[in-house]
Amino acid sequence: MDRLIEIVQQLVNGVSLGSIYALIALGYTMVYGVLRFINFAHGDIYMLGAYSGYLLAPFFSHFFKFGQFDTFTPQNTLFILSGAGLVMVFSMAICAVIGVLIERIAYRPLRQRPRLNVLITAIGVSLFLQNITQYRLGADPKAFPQLIPVHVVEGLGNLTILTSQLAIILATILLLIVLRLIVMRTKMGLAMRALSLNPTACSIMGVNNDVVISFTFALGSALAAAAGILVSMDSPSINPLMGNLPGIKAFVAAVLGGIGNIPGAALGGLIIGILETLVVAIGFPQWRDGIAFAVLIVILLFKPTGILGKVEREKV
Amino acid sequence: MSRALLVLVVALLVCLSVSLFGENFIASRFAYYYDILITIGVNVILATSLNLVNGYTGQFSLGHAGFMAVGAYASASWSNHLDPYVLGWIGGANNPFATNVAFLISMLIAGSLAAIAGFAVGVPSLRLKGDYLAIATLGFGEIIRVAILNTDFVGASRGLSVAGSYTNLFWTYGSVAVCVYVVLGLVHSTYGRGFLTVRDDEVAAEAMGINTTKYKVMAFVVASFFAGIAGALYAHFKAFLTPEGFNFFRSVDVVVFVILGGMGSTIGVIIAAVMLTILPEALRALAHTQFVPPAYQGLLENRLILYSLLLITLMLTRPQGLFGDPVALRKRFTRSRGN
Amino acid sequence: MDSLLKLDRCTIRFGGLTAVANFTMEVGRRELVGLIGPNGAGKTTVFNMVTGVYAPTEGHVLLGGEPLDGLKPYAITGKGIARTFQNVRLFISLSVLDNVKAAFNLHLKHGPMHALTRGRAFLNEEHEIENRTLELLKIFNLDRHRDAMCRSLPYGDQRRLEIVRALATQPKLLLLDEPAAGMNPTEKSNLMRLIEFVQETFDISVLLVEHDMRVVMGICKRIYVLDHGIKIAEGTPEEIRRDPKVIEAYLGEGPGEKE
Repeated sequence: MDRLIEIVQQLVNGVSLGSIYALIALGYTMVYGVLRFINFAHGDIYMLGAYSGYLLAPFFSHFFKFGQFDTFTPQNTLFILSGAGLVMVFSMAICAVIGVLIERIAYRPLRQRPRLNVLITAIGVSLFLQNITQYRLGADPKAFPQLIPVHVVEGLGNLTILTSQLAIILATILLLIVLRLIVMRTKMGLAMRALSLNPTACSIMGVNNDVVISFTFALGSALAAAAGILVSMDSPSINPLMGNLPGIKAFVAAVLGGIGNIPGAALGGLIIGILETLVVAIGFPQWRDGIAFAVLIVILLFKPTGILGKVEREKV
Repeated sequence: MSRALLVLVVALLVCLSVSLFGENFIASRFAYYYDILITIGVNVILATSLNLVNGYTGQFSLGHAGFMAVGAYASASWSNHLDPYVLGWIGGANNPFATNVAFLISMLIAGSLAAIAGFAVGVPSLRLKGDYLAIATLGFGEIIRVAILNTDFVGASRGLSVAGSYTNLFWTYGSVAVCVYVVLGLVHSTYGRGFLTVRDDEVAAEAMGINTTKYKVMAFVVASFFAGIAGALYAHFKAFLTPEGFNFFRSVDVVVFVILGGMGSTIGVIIAAVMLTILPEALRALAHTQFVPPAYQGLLENRLILYSLLLITLMLTRPQGLFGDPVALRKRFTRSRGN
Repeated sequence: MDSLLKLDRCTIRFGGLTAVANFTMEVGRRELVGLIGPNGAGKTTVFNMVTGVYAPTEGHVLLGGEPLDGLKPYAITGKGIARTFQNVRLFISLSVLDNVKAAFNLHLKHGPMHALTRGRAFLNEEHEIENRTLELLKIFNLDRHRDAMCRSLPYGDQRRLEIVRALATQPKLLLLDEPAAGMNPTEKSNLMRLIEFVQETFDISVLLVEHDMRVVMGICKRIYVLDHGIKIAEGTPEEIRRDPKVIEAYLGEGPGEKE
């Protein structure tokens, strides 16, 4: 029985971690889908999401009494969640705008240029974002304000699941549902899917490719920002370089699931999160970062198109 | 002996003389500039070798720092553990001839191990194209770093002290001369034209009987060898190594040299490496003059902000770098998606 | 007919799509053979099977009786098959001279080590390659452009250069993939003369894929016709011209194609 509890425990930990990776991975995969371009700077949007929350929270802190609640009670849950949710939504909006701006300024002018150039530009943007944050806000870690009370969820017996982990998982599920609705049920979502299949046909059919691409960036950035907020609720120390490692792991997740494939990104994120948790659980914590790279190499060597991806042949 | 080899030997002799007669003078009187000179040498080797892969052969490698790390740690380990024996065998630690021979052996070990690593990484990765290759090499570079981080024998996260600061102007610039000679000599031959065809059009190259995989792997292995040499020089100069010094940003550094120089122009990347090594120092000096208001001093000192802006501006305005071929660059890459 | 190239019941499937089915074809030594068919018939796919870009799902490709199964493209070129491409694929950053020189890599006696030591033998071979390249260029009237960037040449010259480059690999069989595409009638006539000239002077076989009937009928001794991946006819130009199946396959194409 203990074994079972242990397994479920690790699974929950893994899913919680994997949800973060999934949210970031979705941004990578959507942008790759419509532009065939790996946005190296995406991990730093996640960081900016956390910092947006950090800078925004003080404005709402008085009204929503951040940090003043010790536990969730049936009376205060809605209030707490709306406070946290509001900060998250605003951060998502800010990062969506940033994402669109980056695309406009740094990537759009290079759309007809060699893909190598825009890859380098993305690296440049990533370095810029990290260092300008470091310059203006300091390189030292900052303490993220406590938006929700963090404690063990009651009523689960020996399972130690934190409210923050539960929040991550539930929020991710919610965001995934919303994303699915947008992609499958709206015109914009249809345009995104069409654009990823054939851009020329799209513009001929009257789709404004630029608008769809901007929308994709906005969507991806919002999700990354959400991830940044959620992870900061769980581990409240933020720093300007926090986007690097999760960024690359999320990218591996996107490749694992099949780059360009939206369900694939979510799946990949979960797998990476669970694998990472397992590696630590079985006693090799020093390899937790390495496991993602190992997965990357294996995938690239044996099935570069990923679990759910499709092969694209070059026409000779 | 052929004329080209003669030029190389002369260059080496010049380096040797400068080192024998001027080394101590420069090192003591102009210590700050001496430091920069050595760093320039190391960066030139890195840039020239990476240019063979990224520039001449058109394969986008983002893991060069990993091979430098292999070389650095390999030569450091060798010097730390085996030098006493080697030196004892040849002539003792105070014998300059002996220490130099020991260092040469150390460097060759470094280069060879790095080359083997290059082969191990190259063979599986070079089957991939474009973005995927970039990511694979990045992944391997990080794996190497994480492996070092977790290996106690080489100091793990604590770092590794290196016994013997053997690096001097002769070894540094002698290695530069050899590296440049090898790259240029390879490329400027009918055999070497093969690298360029792989860059321009792999399908056509294969159709003309060129084994593209062999060329890609060869470029990779040669480049890794020299990255290893650069690592050995660096190790015996800084005298202390940490895995963080060989991370992704270091690889990006070298990639920036190659892009700024113009992929496929050896002289271009050499100039770029020199310029970009001096630039942060120059900016730091500039920041402290009266021309710059104090508010912006921190900005200038922050090399990375300017670096990143440089990268972005370069890609937007002059993607071919200093000496690259703009038309070929554009035509070569826009075949893929047909947008 | 002294057979050089044989496709023995070759079939190739991509996923669920059968691009070419049960295709048998022979090209003899010193023969000029044509492969025609409506758009999408699978002609370029056949080329790609012969040159090793794709491996046939079933059947074999044989050169001089020897199967080419599983050989990579560069190895097949080594066996004596060279090709040109539908969209001219020259090495864009190289000059005219270097484009052709690159094709001599195949028969190079000296490797990277010699390039570094630059000995007598190496320099001699480099010299010889330069001379042979110039000779080839001269035959095709391209030697005055030798140092020009190949991309600065007019389209017709680029196509000629591609043929010269292919010939530099010393092939036994030359595959030409729609060489007349984008040419006006005068250029096409010149091309026809050129192909016949190449075939005779270099004593090789030529397999020509072409859309323009006049070109194909004008120079090919035998012709194969593909439609939707299946061979619907083979024979001399006169036989093909009268074949009802061929006429029907092309009638769907629209006016002007049958000649």
